[in-house]
Amino acid sequence: MTTATDTHADSHSDAHEAESHGLSDGGYIKIAIFLAVVTAIEVALSYTKEPLGAAFLPLLLLLMGVKFFAVLYYFMHLKFDSRLFSLMFYMGLVLAVGCYIAFLTTMHFFNG
Amino acid sequence: MADTAIAHDAHAGHDDHGAHHTSTGLSNNKLAMWMFLGSECLLFGGLISTYMLYRGRHSENLGPDQLWDIPFTSASSFVLLMSSLTMVLAVSSAHRRDDRNTKVWLSVTALLGALFVAGQVYEFTVFYREGLGFTTSLFSSSFYTLTGFHGVHVTVGIIMLMSLVGMISKNRVPGSKAETVELFGLYWHFVDVVWILIFTLVYLIPA
Repeated sequence: MTTATDTHADSHSDAHEAESHGLSDGGYIKIAIFLAVVTAIEVALSYTKEPLGAAFLPLLLLLMGVKFFAVLYYFMHLKFDSRLFSLMFYMGLVLAVGCYIAFLTTMHFFNG
Repeated sequence: MADTAIAHDAHAGHDDHGAHHTSTGLSNNKLAMWMFLGSECLLFGGLISTYMLYRGRHSENLGPDQLWDIPFTSASSFVLLMSSLTMVLAVSSAHRRDDRNTKVWLSVTALLGALFVAGQVYEFTVFYREGLGFTTSLFSSSFYTLTGFHGVHVTVGIIMLMSLVGMISKNRVPGSKAETVELFGLYWHFVDVVWILIFTLVYLIPA
């Protein structure tokens, strides 16, 4: 006998399934191609330091950030999973970035 | 009534993700893995910062400009990136309860990881022959420590992947198979994410 609760459980389960599993296999392949293209652009940029001048470093860091968050959001499912998982990870990440920026500043790393 | 109770149980407790009646409604194993990865940020943050600080402390002829082989390292990075794709395909197969493809993708991931580690061993050997030992300079010590720690993480990941393939073959995976594969996947992707940082900060940005 199928009840309303069954239907609710099924629909919830399907929604949970889609939410937790993220993209389709084709979607993951597209993300991987995107990551490979960004890596190729990064490598190409590393050979063109001179013409880019001051834009070289921010551009490379930006591309690195794009790759970092693409893997985190899509391959590691942070975009689709509970925010509590994101919180656990970002706590460590923010603590590490803050701590080591303070460390490098103390050691006069950013002074040139 | 009994149907309702069974449906409720499937919904609330023993779903595919192994969240067994936890107070958060989430899998404790997955939560613990994310906490572990958060703590790993501190480990690699320390190693990357130390390298950044000491990357200019080397003799004139044994620095990054003379040693780095960017095309080779780019190929290694590509291999590791693709291993993340095969890992996510393994997780996807595990959620579909497709054991055969799960094992295939896990094995391919381990193979790509092994290829990356082999590349790293080759790179270290070349640097050593050029005269860059672990204690040659502050640059060399911090470089070998950072990339060595990462290599150890990849190696541990390969061992875990191969163990998982064996466990799936013998049907000895405790708890939810899909969640176990997903947890291994999180670890593997994190190793890839760390390499994304190392590749740019160590290899592409000049000292």
